[in-house]
Amino acid sequence: MSERIREKLNILADAAKYDVSCSSSGGTRKNNNKGLGDSHASGICHTYTEDGRCVSLLKILLTNHCIFDCAYCVSRKSNDIERAAFTVDEVVQLTMNFYRRNFIEGLFLSSGIFKNADFTMERLLRVVKKLRLEERFNGYIHLKTIPGASDELIREAGMYADRMSINLEMPTESGLKLLAPDKSHQEVIQPLGMVQNQIMQFKEEKKLIKSVPKFVPAGQSTQMVIGATPETDQQIMQTADTFYKNFSLKRVYYSGYIPISNDNRLPMLGSQPPLIRENRLYQTDWLMRFYGFHVNELLNDANPHLDIDIDPKLSWALRNLQYFPIDINVANYKMILRIPGIGVSSAKKIVQARKFGKLRIDQLQKIGVAYNRAKHFIKCADTPYQLKDYQSTQIKSFILAESQSKYLKNDTNQLILF
Amino acid sequence: MHSYLFDGSMEGLLSAVFEWFERKPGKVTLKNQQHHQPDAFEQSTIIISDEQNATRVWKGLKKRLEKGWIRRITCAYLAEKPETHAHLFELICYLFQHPAGAENNYGNEHVLEVAQMAKKVEREKHRMEAFIRFQHAADGIFYCGIDPDFNVLPLISNHFKNRYQDQQWIIYDLNRHYGLFYNLKTLEQITMKLEEEQNLSKTKKEVLSEKENLYALLWKDYFKSTNIPARKNTRLHIQHVPKRYWKYLTEKQAD
Repeated sequence: MSERIREKLNILADAAKYDVSCSSSGGTRKNNNKGLGDSHASGICHTYTEDGRCVSLLKILLTNHCIFDCAYCVSRKSNDIERAAFTVDEVVQLTMNFYRRNFIEGLFLSSGIFKNADFTMERLLRVVKKLRLEERFNGYIHLKTIPGASDELIREAGMYADRMSINLEMPTESGLKLLAPDKSHQEVIQPLGMVQNQIMQFKEEKKLIKSVPKFVPAGQSTQMVIGATPETDQQIMQTADTFYKNFSLKRVYYSGYIPISNDNRLPMLGSQPPLIRENRLYQTDWLMRFYGFHVNELLNDANPHLDIDIDPKLSWALRNLQYFPIDINVANYKMILRIPGIGVSSAKKIVQARKFGKLRIDQLQKIGVAYNRAKHFIKCADTPYQLKDYQSTQIKSFILAESQSKYLKNDTNQLILF
Repeated sequence: MHSYLFDGSMEGLLSAVFEWFERKPGKVTLKNQQHHQPDAFEQSTIIISDEQNATRVWKGLKKRLEKGWIRRITCAYLAEKPETHAHLFELICYLFQHPAGAENNYGNEHVLEVAQMAKKVEREKHRMEAFIRFQHAADGIFYCGIDPDFNVLPLISNHFKNRYQDQQWIIYDLNRHYGLFYNLKTLEQITMKLEEEQNLSKTKKEVLSEKENLYALLWKDYFKSTNIPARKNTRLHIQHVPKRYWKYLTEKQAD
């Protein structure tokens, strides 16, 4: 018995690991039924894998049997791998016992499609219902919406799950058609929109009646595979922006494609996953969500790709030197946020602290500003007077010379003569 | 050089503030009586903890500060570092001498030091919430022994109490020699004998429940299967899970 469950867990955890989302934040469930589990608003990462990704949830597939044949997926029909399926009870027992030992924050349950969408969704629903109703489990549950499942099933699942998600898979419709002819973006948009409407509706009702139950309190998210198809960074981020706006998504995840098949439509087996590119896309995503940047400022027809050697905020600043230097003792919060080397919490501290007197360099350093980077873009109380205006290429080489990038081992900078 | 010697308690610290405002002796450093080494040129006053005075200062602070800052002060106190206690003393004196809102002056040394130390304590608290691994013993109780950098047990008690309401558990601080025990109804503070503590730190097979080894094994398996070898990044891994915490982690123990 124990051997079989180990085997199943290995197969089904292995198949689920390409889903990057592991956040457990935004849950609001309270343990008021003397049960097990209580949400932590900011989420908790209980451990990290050796590749540095957080492990917060027990992330598994219910089964890796699948009727689809998507080229980018390990569980595709034509792939010759071991198949397995959990019973509802096995998933429930695993989740409860891991949670009791403080291993996890909750469950991330996805599944391959066996038979049809409704059949699969119904199984997923049975797991979450059993956890919530029979086991009085109040931990976090992230559930995959199965595209094509009936509205009733999805709606019912939303009553028990904290977050629901559907993966876009490829950033553009044409990319998706190339690798997964059976799928389309429309299939994702329809249920995303449906759940979004329900969330809004429940929120409205909650304003009037306090006892309205929770419906997907941690919102929805989606994921795109990067580097499997030849989209530009601009196309990727514009798709992300559209989805953030239209469906108020909590997160869009970018997953660098890890070669898993010999298909000639895809990058070769053994080629490096695009880790730097993925990192730059996340940085852009953060700039859009927390720093007030519009996607077109960072990526436009003139710059369809993000720089690999410097981060998108620095590269925006270098393209727009007309706004700098910014005097941090007078500039407004929005502009301070745009200075490379200053993050959200430093910016907030600066705005508060300067009410008590003009800030000096040493104070900025103590507050947590990356001064060596920021010094090219700011003025403060004791900034030395500078006669010469540097060009953006010069500033870039100063910063690159000082910083130790974990990606660029040998400097490939071209010699600058002027 | 004038220094105040206090007994290391929060009450003592607040009494020192009261004492300072009563006499206004100018620049004073707060020191812990236990670690104090008297020197020839120093004038020192011993502060006697007084509950009434301490409560008055605490109430005054609560009136002036938002909840977040009260929490920061508590956290910084729990760091149990002499320098932080000295900064706390000067911060509180500074706050009472200036109009409301002075706590936002991050240009002030004491404000920044206390805020940053509070952040460190909160980080340690969060790590304990993440890295504590219970082991189910044969007597039905879930055990875990810890030795955090700061005294975070008071900060994590509510989190675990809310979360694990249907199981008995013990979290024991092996360095500070006290722990929390939840008996399905209330939370108690407990102290163990030395031998019992030693039993807690090395888990013996015979005291564990039957299924315990299976779940430890399953968790280790899961930890291995969820890793993507093509993305290996040891530096990032260690940054998130510093090595000093590995001794707690089930997934980091050898089979």
